[in-house]
This record gives sequence, C-alpha cells and structure tokens, in this order.
Amino acid sequence: MWRIAGGSGDGIDSTSQNFAKALLRSGLNVFTHRHYPSRIRGGHTYVEVRAGNGPVESRGDGYNFLLTLGDSFARNPGEDAYYGNEEAKPLTENLDELNEGGVIVYDEGLLDEEDVAEINLQERAEENGWHVYPVDLRGIAREHGRDVMRNTAGVGFTAALLDIDPAYFEEIISNGMSGEMKEANLKVLEDAYELGQEVEQTHGWSAPEGEGHDEEQVLLSGSDAISYGAIDEGCRFIAGYPMTPWTDVFTIMSQNLPKFGGISEQVEDEIAAAALAIGASHAGVKAMSGSSGGGFALMSEPLGLAEMTETPLVLVEAMRAGPSTGMPTKPEQGDLEHILYTSQGDSTRVVFSPANIRECYTQTRKAFELAYEYQIPAIVAYDQKLQGELRNVPESFFDEEPNTDPGSVLTEEEIAEAAHHASGKFKRFLHSPEDGSNVSPRSVPGQAGGRFLATGNEHNEVGHISEDPENRVIQMNRRMGKLDDIREELDAAEQSHQTYHGPEDADYGIVTWGSQQDTVFEAVNELNEMGHSVKAVGVSDLMPFPETEMTEFLDSVEHAVVVEMNASGQLRGHIQKELGKYGDKLSSLLKYNGNPFEPRDIVEGFETSNEGGELPHQRMTYVPAAGD
Amino acid sequence: MSAFSAIGSDSELEDEAFTPGIEPQPTWCPGCGDFGVLNALKKAMPEVGLNPDEVAVFTGIGCSGKLNSYFESYGFHTIHGRSLPVARATKLANPGIEVIAAGGDGDGYGIGGNHFIHTARENHDMTYIVFNNEIFGLTKGQTSPTSPKGHKSKTQPSGSAKDPLRPLSLSLSAGASYIARTAAVNPNQAAEILAEAIQHDGFAHVDFLTQCPTWNKDAKQYVPYIDIQESDEYGHDINDRAEAAHAMYDAESKLHEGEILTGRFYVDDERPSYTAEKQAIGEMPEQPLAERYFDEDAEWDRSYQLLEKHK
Repeated sequence: MWRIAGGSGDGIDSTSQNFAKALLRSGLNVFTHRHYPSRIRGGHTYVEVRAGNGPVESRGDGYNFLLTLGDSFARNPGEDAYYGNEEAKPLTENLDELNEGGVIVYDEGLLDEEDVAEINLQERAEENGWHVYPVDLRGIAREHGRDVMRNTAGVGFTAALLDIDPAYFEEIISNGMSGEMKEANLKVLEDAYELGQEVEQTHGWSAPEGEGHDEEQVLLSGSDAISYGAIDEGCRFIAGYPMTPWTDVFTIMSQNLPKFGGISEQVEDEIAAAALAIGASHAGVKAMSGSSGGGFALMSEPLGLAEMTETPLVLVEAMRAGPSTGMPTKPEQGDLEHILYTSQGDSTRVVFSPANIRECYTQTRKAFELAYEYQIPAIVAYDQKLQGELRNVPESFFDEEPNTDPGSVLTEEEIAEAAHHASGKFKRFLHSPEDGSNVSPRSVPGQAGGRFLATGNEHNEVGHISEDPENRVIQMNRRMGKLDDIREELDAAEQSHQTYHGPEDADYGIVTWGSQQDTVFEAVNELNEMGHSVKAVGVSDLMPFPETEMTEFLDSVEHAVVVEMNASGQLRGHIQKELGKYGDKLSSLLKYNGNPFEPRDIVEGFETSNEGGELPHQRMTYVPAAGD
Repeated sequence: MSAFSAIGSDSELEDEAFTPGIEPQPTWCPGCGDFGVLNALKKAMPEVGLNPDEVAVFTGIGCSGKLNSYFESYGFHTIHGRSLPVARATKLANPGIEVIAAGGDGDGYGIGGNHFIHTARENHDMTYIVFNNEIFGLTKGQTSPTSPKGHKSKTQPSGSAKDPLRPLSLSLSAGASYIARTAAVNPNQAAEILAEAIQHDGFAHVDFLTQCPTWNKDAKQYVPYIDIQESDEYGHDINDRAEAAHAMYDAESKLHEGEILTGRFYVDDERPSYTAEKQAIGEMPEQPLAERYFDEDAEWDRSYQLLEKHK
C-alpha cells in the first residue's frame, strides 16, 4: 500500500489517480483512499493506493510506502507555526500509520536536515525497521521543468524502488499531456527512475506483479457511480449549490447532462435547488438535487413538500463531519437521523446508503425507479469517504439498458378515460387508486384534461385544500402505505440491498452501514482467521427498514456490535426503534475523529465487546449494550 | 404528435373558462384586494389566447397562495416564499407552458427574497404577481417588508423602525425585464398589465396593490390612483433604465404619502429570456425536455459511453 503526501496544490490527487491507473493497467485490483484539508493551497493531504492481485475492497491496515513531497505551499516554512511546522507535516503526520518495515521517500529538496532531525526520523526509523530514502525530487523537477513536477519525480523513484514497469506511467503521461509539459514530465520520470535504480535498496520487497484481469477494468469513485446510475435512469435535470463533498456529483452531472440533452442549474441556495428539482419533476422530467449536511438542512422544507404533493424527487446527501460546518473534507455518518426524519410531519421517504461503487450505481438506479413509480422522495446517502475513493470494476458492469420510464404518469389518452370531478378537474389524488395500490397516477402540466392542484396543504382528490378529518386519514394512510408497498417490493427482489459476509452460523455479529461495510468485511475475515466466530451485515435500506432481514440476522447471533462513524450510535438507535427490541444485544463501536475505520480498529473493537474492558485509546469509542 | 396537445392549441375562450366548474368558497374577506388579482387574471387569459391546460400557476403561502384554488389551470400551491424556484424549473422542463407565479409581499420580498432576486436576474420567461398589501394578512396583521416605517402591529408594538423595502427598484437592479405596478382598485389597468406581462418574453414582475380591509387599508385608501402613462404630470421613457429608476423611487416614496402611482415602469424587450440564453450556449435542448419522456423515438445516451476516461 502506497501513500503520497504533500500540500494541497502539490498535485497529490491527480498523481495518485495516475498511479492507481498505472497499477490497474498492470493487471492489479486497486483501491484509493483520500484525505485532504478544507483549503485550496497548503495543508496536509494524502492519498493511499492499495493494490493486489486478489480482491482489494477496503482501505486496509496502515500502509507500507510513504512518498512525501513536503508542503510547498506552507505559510511558515520551517518555523514553528500555530499548527506546527507545516512544511514538514506531510512527513511527520503520516508516520504513525506507516507499517513496520515500510519505506519512506521524502523530497530533500524541500525538507532539509533540520526538519528531519526535528522529528527524530532516524531514531524512529530504526525502531520500526523503516527504510528511508531522501532524494532531491525538486532538483530533478527543476532540471527539466517546474517545481510541481516533483510528484512525477516521486512516482518515477517509487517505480524503481517497487519494481514497477515505468512504461505504464509513460503511457499515462503521453496520453494525458502534450507539448513541452509532456516532454518535461517524461524526462523527470526517466531521471527519477534511473536514480532509484542506482541507489542502494535495503527494503527488500516490491509491488505485486499484475496477473491481468479477465476483462477491461474501469476506475471509478462513488460519485461517478451515483451520477452514472442517475444518467442511466433517464435523469436529465439537476439543480444544486456547491458544497463539499456533494459538489462531486453535481460537477459530474453538470459536465454530462448538457451533452445528453439535459439541463443543469446552479442556483441561489439549496432551498431553491430542491425546489427546482420538484418543479422539473412536477412537469414530468426525471430530476435530482442534493447537498451535504448544512445544505441538506435547507432542503428540509421542500423535501416535505415533495412528500405531501407526492412529487417524485431524488436527493443525494454526501455526508461530512458535523455539526454545523464541522470538518468539511472529513468523512462521518452523523447525518443519518437528519436524513431519516428532517422536515414537517411524519417522514415518507426512501433512504438508501450504498456501500461501494457497485452499490452506488445500482441503488441510485433503484432510488429513481421507486421515486418515480411511487411518487415519493428517495435519498441516496453516502459520505466523503465513498465520494473520494476509487475502485476498479469490470466495464461490463455498466453495460445496462437505460430506464427512461417516467413512472406513474398518464398519457393524454389515459387521462381522458380517468376519473374527473364534476368541476372538470382530474382526480390526481384518488382515495382508492383503481389498481388497489396506494399510488394515484398523475398528469403533468400541458396535458389536455389533466388539470389539478398540487398543494403542501392536506388536500382532497383533485388537490383542493381540505381539513376534513376523514379525508385526512385516508390520504395520510395512502401516502404512508406506499412505504409498506416499497418494502414488500424490495423484500421480493432477487437481490437484497443488504450485504452479508462471514459464516452464516457465526456466534457474533457486526452491523454497519454505508461506506464502512467493506472495511468491516475485511475485519470479519481477520477475526475468523483469528478463531472468532463472526459474521457481518451492511445495511443499505434505511427507510423503509428491512425488518424481516434484520430480525433474522440479529436473532441468529448472541451479540452484535454496530460499527458507524458518528458519536451517538445513530444506526443502533434506528434499529432499536424500527424493531422495538435488541437494546441488550447491541453495542456500539464509534469513530468520529475524521478518519474512517481501518480493519484493525474493528478487530480491536470486537475484542473489547467480547472480552469486556475499555479501548486503550481515544481514537474510537465503545458503548456497551444496555445492561452490560 | 406532441404529448401535450393543450400547448399552443388555438383556443378562443371566454374568461369563464378560467373559473372552476364548481368554485370553492374563497377564504378571502369581503372587500379583499385579492379578488382584484383573480378577476384581472381571468380577464387577461382570453386576451392572450391561452387555455387552462397550458397554464400553470405557482403560489406561495398566505391569502395570495389561494389564487390557484380559485383559478382554473394547473396549479401548484408550494411553500412560503418558494413559488419561484418551483415555477422556473417547470418552465425549463417544458417551455411551452405559460408559467405564472404569485405570492404576497412577505412571501416574495421577505422569506423568498433571494429567489426573487435570482429569478429576476436570470430573466426566466414568466410572470410574477406580488399581492402587495403591506401587511401579513393570513397570520393576522403583522408588519411586513413593505409596511411603512412606524407601522404598529402585535409584533412591532412600538412601530416598525425599518424603512419599507422598495420592490420596484429591487426588481430593476436584480434584472427583471418588465416591471409594473397596478392596483386592485383599477381592474381595467390590472387586466391590461397582466396580459402584457404574460406576453412579455422574460421575467415580468407586477407589484399588485391589494388592499387588506381586515388588517391594513381598505380600497378607499388606494384611491385616487394615478396611471403614470396617462398622467400629464408623470411619465417617463419606460425603456430607459435610469429614468425608470427615478420613476420607481418616486412611486415607492409617494405610496406612503398617499399618492398611488401605477402603470408600466420598465420594459426591456431586447434582453433574451433565460431559455434563449441557455440554448445559445448549448445547455438547453431544443425539444422540450418533458416531451422526451413521451417520445418513443427519442434516443437516450447511457453512462457506458463515458467509461473511456476511466480506463
């Protein structure tokens, strides 16, 4: 596992993407994890690339190779600033997680002897068996081009140390750049590679050699997959307001929708963004919006309007650490209760939390399908971790037919046959829809004979405001009843959205949701190898809740730990509320320090829950089950 | 064939066509200026040759929000202050629909002020009618953004310390391309102005003085009104931005001195509507987006086409 660290603006992101792509092309499976500050220039940032021949589905424990550029945008280079020596941060801040026997390559062009002496690098390297390679990356970059090419030099040097064929990098540089830039980068790469071959190598290990994939692989992020799911469901309208990390999906959609005959609108605020999506959907167009914590809070009011007017709506909530502005670029799962219940009155919405690239695609598609068929808002909740991580998926996974059916919308011919009130208005909100379902088919403006009133007030069959108690109960029950119908449809589906891992007859369980799932699964493998008997479930259907599946899972284990990235155990609370029990069976393993779980965190937490006692540090919090 | 046969169909209708077959009992008080808006709108519709199925009226919350309960067309009674963003998306989704938004002064100039500014700025082709009664009516008479300085109410017991908002000036600086003020007490002028506003290709803002006899003023207090186009004393070049700004400032100031100046204040027929602007940069389809979902021959792209850059 390779980690590149530097300042924001040092090209860490694009370099790591190219590095991952090169390894992918060499035939390996890859996974990236991104950590960055809420700044344009400077501040410690890193990206990890994990690669292997077997499945690589999570972040893994620690890492083995640190390429640290140092922060060239540091405000007070070398000085003891408020936040410490910022220039050296990309080196100092990454050491704790570097595994024993690991490699450190740092740019001695930027980090001088003093910086390195300050942190006792020599001493720590000896203690941990690290192999340190100081190299003047900046010097190589300056010789052929500009300082920023330090990252290319770092990649070339890495390739030599890890025995990776530099041809993969040459190809990426050649295809991605042109002119002088391309030539300069190629020279930097070559020089650094040669230098790496010349130095005395002591670490004695190299990157795995790719065995090749059965078919062509593509490298995508969760945001790509959510966007592509929306596009394949015929979504051609998006409205949004920039906010990290939601901006990712908004950007991808805005770049593609106009090409595909759609419309993207950047608007004045998130209230407007959600309201626009409602207005477009009201007119018969498949539409979406989304935001992150604070922006999603603004959508609370229009969300209720969509529920009441039964206007289909798909929202994405890209969670980040809260409350308030919180830590804008750090992942957290603290918005669960907010997403489930925000807005006026009883919530009537679908909430999915996909766990990885594939689930982002399939569950976004399902969210659209349900929203438009059942005339209900559907929310896809993910977080900054899943937003920024890249994984490879076979190309054929996306070779799917689009679904452009606008759902339960009538044609003019059907409207002519449908029920109308004596006043001439179309009965848009039937008490008892003809097919016995809870969905009353809709018309859209411009259709002859389809006039009705949509209103956020309680309303009768044609949409007129009504506070008649009998009508109220019938309409409420019909709208709420759609959730039961959706649950039934999801339960009957061939493939459950919940993902299970580990031996079915295991004694203990781990429950998690969203982006932490595949890390938990890796921990489950480790735990079973260690002799524990554990299985896990990753919950994606948060509303309507998979009551049958979860009851079955929890009944089958003696005890279960709920693993989530928040401070109050929101999923645990939700399970207990939905199922009305298990308070004495569920404990919580919580992490909210801005970093996602690593498999070893979960191993540690599980052992604590099993053996009792306390966690030895403050990185995580363990909350025992009631009565324990 | 279009999936929306109501759009653009030649229709010669009477204004009764815009009265619901069975009219709900209005919640407006006797003597309320809101009836003036409803009647003027009904009268304007046959003038511009529209039929109820191709018209969509979006309202906010307040007494004004009931407009589409008593007007026969597609209607969307949204939430407080949010009629504009819902309305303009419907327009983008299906530009053939005649979109009218309406709300009160609290709705449009207070809670929805941000949407008002940006919808005007973007010059969406739609009409926005603000029922300006200088008060919060439905919530029982609190001071509103257009209430005069010193206005006393239960929530401003010592009288408002705030100067009232200047809606016409705000609209001009935000970018509206048709700006007029009319009054419920002047039904003929109101119907004419609404017809013009609907026909205007861009964002048309009509500040409609609607007396609230229960909580504020009765109709008498908006009389006599002066139509600035017909007055010898007033009158300016309505296509001239600077002159319009002066005239608006005057009208806004004099409203609180008991002089009611109404009429067209600013008209810019040159500025392209937002739809036209967006089409010019290739970010808006020629075929109405809503049509595509009913068009069996429509071709749909898919994400599979985008994978090359991920390899």
